[in-house]
Amino acid sequence: MERNELIVCRDVSLGYEGQSVLTHLNLTIQAGDYLCVVGDNGSGKSTLLRGLLGLLAPQSGEIWRAEELRRGAVGYLPQQTRAQRDFPATVFEVVLSGCLNRPGTRFFYSAAQKSEALMNMGKLGILELKDQCYRDLSGGQQQRVLLSRALCAASRLLILDEPITGLDPAAAQDLYKTLSYLNEKEGMAVVMVTHDLKSALRGARTVLHIGRSSLFSGTVADYLASPQGRRFREAEQ
Amino acid sequence: MNLLQMFSYPFMQRALIAGVLVSLCAALLGVSLVLKRYSMIGDGLSHVSFGALAVAVALGITPLYFSIPVVILAAFWLLRMAGRPHWNSDAAVAAMSASALALGILVISRTTGMTTDVDNYMFGSVLAMSPTDVGLSVALCAAVLVLFLRYYHKLFAVTFDESFSRATGLRVDRYNTLLAILTALTIVLGMRMMGAMLISSLVIFPALTAMRLFNSFRGVVICAAVTAVVCFCAGLTISFAFSTPVGATVVVADLVLFLLSCAASALRRR
Repeated sequence: MERNELIVCRDVSLGYEGQSVLTHLNLTIQAGDYLCVVGDNGSGKSTLLRGLLGLLAPQSGEIWRAEELRRGAVGYLPQQTRAQRDFPATVFEVVLSGCLNRPGTRFFYSAAQKSEALMNMGKLGILELKDQCYRDLSGGQQQRVLLSRALCAASRLLILDEPITGLDPAAAQDLYKTLSYLNEKEGMAVVMVTHDLKSALRGARTVLHIGRSSLFSGTVADYLASPQGRRFREAEQ
Repeated sequence: MNLLQMFSYPFMQRALIAGVLVSLCAALLGVSLVLKRYSMIGDGLSHVSFGALAVAVALGITPLYFSIPVVILAAFWLLRMAGRPHWNSDAAVAAMSASALALGILVISRTTGMTTDVDNYMFGSVLAMSPTDVGLSVALCAAVLVLFLRYYHKLFAVTFDESFSRATGLRVDRYNTLLAILTALTIVLGMRMMGAMLISSLVIFPALTAMRLFNSFRGVVICAAVTAVVCFCAGLTISFAFSTPVGATVVVADLVLFLLSCAASALRRR
């Protein structure tokens, strides 16, 4: 196995309670990749993410995950839940909770963990919000907080589930810029599920399209030339 | 002096010790339960506890030995249901409370009938705490405090975001199970003093009050603990002074503080 492969799916089928949502999927995610997962509602995009994260065992086939990912070193940005919107916690408390997967966290966070959390908050420009309450922030700010938390958990792979839901266009653009920055400057692999094809494809290098009957996987240019991609281009015009 | 006289009665000393400890546990667990949208679980469990108590009395078993395992099982089941996407967990809790209550009432009507004992189960009695109960409350409270402090950061992470915690390798189910068991124990112990109909307010009110006043999780936890203890002491004193039922008085004290905190946060937002 090559060293820079993070996740390899071989002929994987995923699903719940005997029903398969995705079948015969082959996918390799390497260090530094920027993969955009698109597809219709209910086509199994979130199921795929659960599989990649190791939360859902494949029904058949194999999902190989690099050693560091198995120890939990993956940054995940889940869809926000209703309960989170009025959660009383400071930004610092939320970001710090990303450091919990380090061994040796007992009663208190170590100074190193605290400074790492502060560094990641600085990277996303939310340092001045440190003591503010999470529920008082705007949607874009909340997403930045959750992204900082994800950065604390992982150094090589970020997995994002529809990160721009509920963001205004400016905040969404900011988020894409940040992701491109992390991908290009810090070598962070990014896997993102999204509906917002147009902007997402500007940053992404590869695309996985999950259709009801067909799968497409390849570069952005190939995707736009493919039948699935052409449908999207026509919709744009 | 009225207050000193109050604590010259052994049953009042027991009620104070057990009540303060149970309120403290309920408040700490309540912060997590309320934030996870599991507030109804406390209510459901108290009804199950009432049903179990009625069955235990009918069978001639010591109530605690029977109701503790039954309520723990019910708590497990409810948390499982809450985690399933295809289940309406609201409906599951409501169905379970009503069924357990109905079962309890049926058993009572065929055996002892509606005696003062039954009334005490429903609405609580200050005389209910035996020395054994006080011992159990001390043990429970120690367990809750130790586990809460030991796993404070993990409980925060699991409460705030289960999916993220799972993805980063925390054993979320283990913490949910722990929460369920401790909640079940707290409710069974507190129920006979506070009453099956009223005990769930000990879980919910302190957390709600604290959430109005504080912006950090730590602040909310500390404030909820203090609120719970203060309200219980106030409720117990008033109940002694005016001969009102202790459970209802404590709940009203909690309600008053909650309304004050709403007013305070409304004023602050102006």
